[in-house]
Amino acid sequence: MKARITVTLKNGILDPQGKAIEGALKSLGVAGVASVRQGKVFDIEIEGGDKAKAEAALKSAAEKLLANTVIENFRIEVIG
Amino acid sequence: MKSAVLVFPGINRERDMARTLKLVSGVEPAMVWHADTQLPAGTDLVVVPGGFSYGDYLRCGAIAARAPIMDAVRAYAAKGGLVLGVCNGFQILCESGLLPGVLMRNAKLKFICRDVFLRVERSDTPFTRGYNAGQVIRVPVAHGEGNYVADGETVKALEAEGRVLFRYSAPDGSLDASWNLNGATNSIAGIVNGKGNVLGMMPHPENHVEAVIGSTDGRGLFAGLVAQFDRAA
Repeated sequence: MKARITVTLKNGILDPQGKAIEGALKSLGVAGVASVRQGKVFDIEIEGGDKAKAEAALKSAAEKLLANTVIENFRIEVIG
Repeated sequence: MKSAVLVFPGINRERDMARTLKLVSGVEPAMVWHADTQLPAGTDLVVVPGGFSYGDYLRCGAIAARAPIMDAVRAYAAKGGLVLGVCNGFQILCESGLLPGVLMRNAKLKFICRDVFLRVERSDTPFTRGYNAGQVIRVPVAHGEGNYVADGETVKALEAEGRVLFRYSAPDGSLDASWNLNGATNSIAGIVNGKGNVLGMMPHPENHVEAVIGSTDGRGLFAGLVAQFDRAA
């Protein structure tokens, strides 16, 4: 079973890397970029076919390690 | 004073720290491997040194904070044992939940390696009893992620409870954005936990303890700790 966990910075947390990327896009002349926030994507393969179990394991992975919930939010998608 | 220095893969300041601890306390510290599950019996001080544990993968300090030895450190801290985290050690303590908040990328994105001035906010703690409140010391920093951030409630509590022990300041002790080199909230350079027995700081006091280096301003932190244990013993 394949899954994806997306980790993004919470609103209001300053993201200097996103700001730098935003500046670079603007200097490249990419039109219409209002702002950029950088995040992380984790593609995870889960053993077995139990979707509920997989979701519980993914939630635990995100909370225990993949995201720092002081500054980050996470989203879990089981792709199947 | 019996100290224990934690060693994680990718840490590179553990020998500076061990050298300083030996120099100031006269006792060789125990070097404790991250996969160990126990601290040496009779440890007076646990030090989480600086460096780049696990190559700063995922987030600085994130993987080290989940190492087996950290359960022992959490238990030790819960019983009131003294813990000092410097630089990556501060990041590890935040990630492990021993200290609140997080160290974000420096506001101007640059890795900063230079001497800074710190204002010591209090002298009535085990970590700062070697200084006077309001004293300014000069010690080096070397970090890319030292920009202290926490939610509003946490910052309010840190300030109200006097848990900020060091701030980036001008040489005369005044606070100004131009001296707050990494953009940290309220110029915070070092904080303690609620019980006051766990200190995390970004600067490296262990590198300014010998006159030959040109400054001994970091020595007070270690000398104060040693004096505390000598008095108790």
